[in-house]
Amino acid sequence: MSTIENGAKPVAGVEHGPPPRHHPLRLINRAPSRRLAVFLGALPFVALVVAYTAASHVRRLDNPSDRLLPSLESIGAAFFRLATERDVRTGDITLWVDTFDSLTRLGLGLGVALAFALVLGIAIGFLPHIRSALAPFIAAVSLIPPITILPILFIALGLGETSKIALITLGTAPVMIRSMAQAVIDIPREQMVKVQTLGASTWQIVTRVVLPQMMPKLIAALRLALVPGWIFLISAEAIASTSGLGYRIFLVRRYLAMDVILSYVIWITILAYLLDRLLLWWSRSAFWWSHLEGDSL
Amino acid sequence: MSALDVRNLGMAYGGTPILERVNLSVAPGDFCTIVGASGCGKSTFLRLLLSQERPTRGQILLDGENLPPEPTPDRGIVFQRYSVFPHLSVEDNLILCAEFAAAPLTGRFFGAKRRAARATVDSLLEQIGLAHARKRCPAQLSGGMQQRLAIAQALMMKPKVLLLDEPFGALDPGIRADMHELLLKLWDEMKMTVFMVTHDIGEAFKLGTRVLVFDKIRHDPHDPSAYGATITYDLPLERKRHVQPPETINELIATSEEIPAHA
Ligand SMILES: Nc1ncnc2c1ncn2[C@@H]1O[C@H](COP(=O)(O)OP(=O)(O)OP(=O)(O)O)[C@@H](O)[C@H]1O
Ligand SMILES: [Mg+2]
Repeated sequence: MSTIENGAKPVAGVEHGPPPRHHPLRLINRAPSRRLAVFLGALPFVALVVAYTAASHVRRLDNPSDRLLPSLESIGAAFFRLATERDVRTGDITLWVDTFDSLTRLGLGLGVALAFALVLGIAIGFLPHIRSALAPFIAAVSLIPPITILPILFIALGLGETSKIALITLGTAPVMIRSMAQAVIDIPREQMVKVQTLGASTWQIVTRVVLPQMMPKLIAALRLALVPGWIFLISAEAIASTSGLGYRIFLVRRYLAMDVILSYVIWITILAYLLDRLLLWWSRSAFWWSHLEGDSL
Repeated sequence: MSALDVRNLGMAYGGTPILERVNLSVAPGDFCTIVGASGCGKSTFLRLLLSQERPTRGQILLDGENLPPEPTPDRGIVFQRYSVFPHLSVEDNLILCAEFAAAPLTGRFFGAKRRAARATVDSLLEQIGLAHARKRCPAQLSGGMQQRLAIAQALMMKPKVLLLDEPFGALDPGIRADMHELLLKLWDEMKMTVFMVTHDIGEAFKLGTRVLVFDKIRHDPHDPSAYGATITYDLPLERKRHVQPPETINELIATSEEIPAHA
């Protein structure tokens, strides 16, 4: 115990037992402060940029006209050029036309998949007869590697927009249908019985109890489907297209234009991230009741 | 006339008998509490009364007619959990059945009609103490509040029979006493027939006008699942008499030997 200086007396009533021992908290019980969380979140990004810059610098020391790892400035310049200057041949601003075309395809493909997931997912999860008829079929179809259907689609539907949209739909719909059906099945049995005792018809159960509870799950399934959705979009555009983000990347690959490729990759990543956040925000604001428990990424 | 007649009811799951030879006749307005060992088939009995499942043998008559083959509004239910709708606010949970009745196609009120419907549940919300929480959704309510909502919701259809499966099992004793008051008050007002499963003998004696004990009477020592359970004791209670509730089921059975069982 420390000595008491200047004649100060210990305060009356204060116990002088051993000080409470502070066990270090378990790691799972320690959360970073908000500022630290932001800092930690930024760290991998900064590390990547630094590593890239260093590698690019070293290569260009050897060979100033190196094309493999262009400097950040030249990537930025390429992006600026693509986003502002009109193409001499077509008169369009390349980046925006590519972005518009790609997002249209992605939106249509995923939109159709979403409609299938909603209708078939609820029907399979909710109506025993339809489940018996369709569940095994959907399970089998969802195992076909979608990219293997692409040649069939090109042959059957031609090289136009339809086959690209169909690839995105076929690639994402089966998994979404299955997860929707499972989500319907997972609604507690108690709720289904309860709603019948309140006098609901089958249609009313679907529209007032099942569908509203499926909406946040549908958005979650859509967020997951965005990943394969982008893959199928870029693949289809790379193989047969005259516009789009994937088309551009595979076009300039022939000229080793890494500055264009990298600025497109970064742009696609930003688009995908924004779409994901937008969907999360929609789910949180429109279906807040489903976000009250647990964290979500 | 009796409200509910159970005749020689039997239920088996995949050849394993759970209930057998259950006979029961319940007068309108009776408050039957059901006790029995875990797994003896109490919830199964409620599911049969609700038409959630069909009996393998025997029949159940409601007001002299066979039960409809699926759940209907004449029998309300409160489960231990998950009986309210998580996506609807407290008040919207309560107006749901009115919406079902009034709007076959959309199942929903809009605008002024919805405001009017929400206003009709004002006094009920006051009564169950949820007036201040009417805009919240179930995940924002405590367990007791959720069960009050579930009871109120089940009573919105004015069912002839109210079934409760361990409705207060997860609540602390103080809240439980409040819930008993609420339930008895609503029962007094609405005069419905009640079946309530509970593991709390004190609760069974406090609330019931009749205590039903489920147990097996036949035992095969080599095959414990050979026989199902039935109603072994059926004790009519005078609510005013203040019977001292026994502590355990065994004690209840021991003392009830003196009271003639009611077949
Ligand atoms: N769907 C089912 N399929 C097969 N067996 C079942 C099914 N439902 C219940 N059982 C069996 O029936 C028996 C009675 O179950 P029940 O849920 O009615 O018991 P309980 O008396 O309500 O028990 P507890 O007090 O624990 O809630 C149990 O042995 C259970 O394993
Ligand atoms: Mg039970």
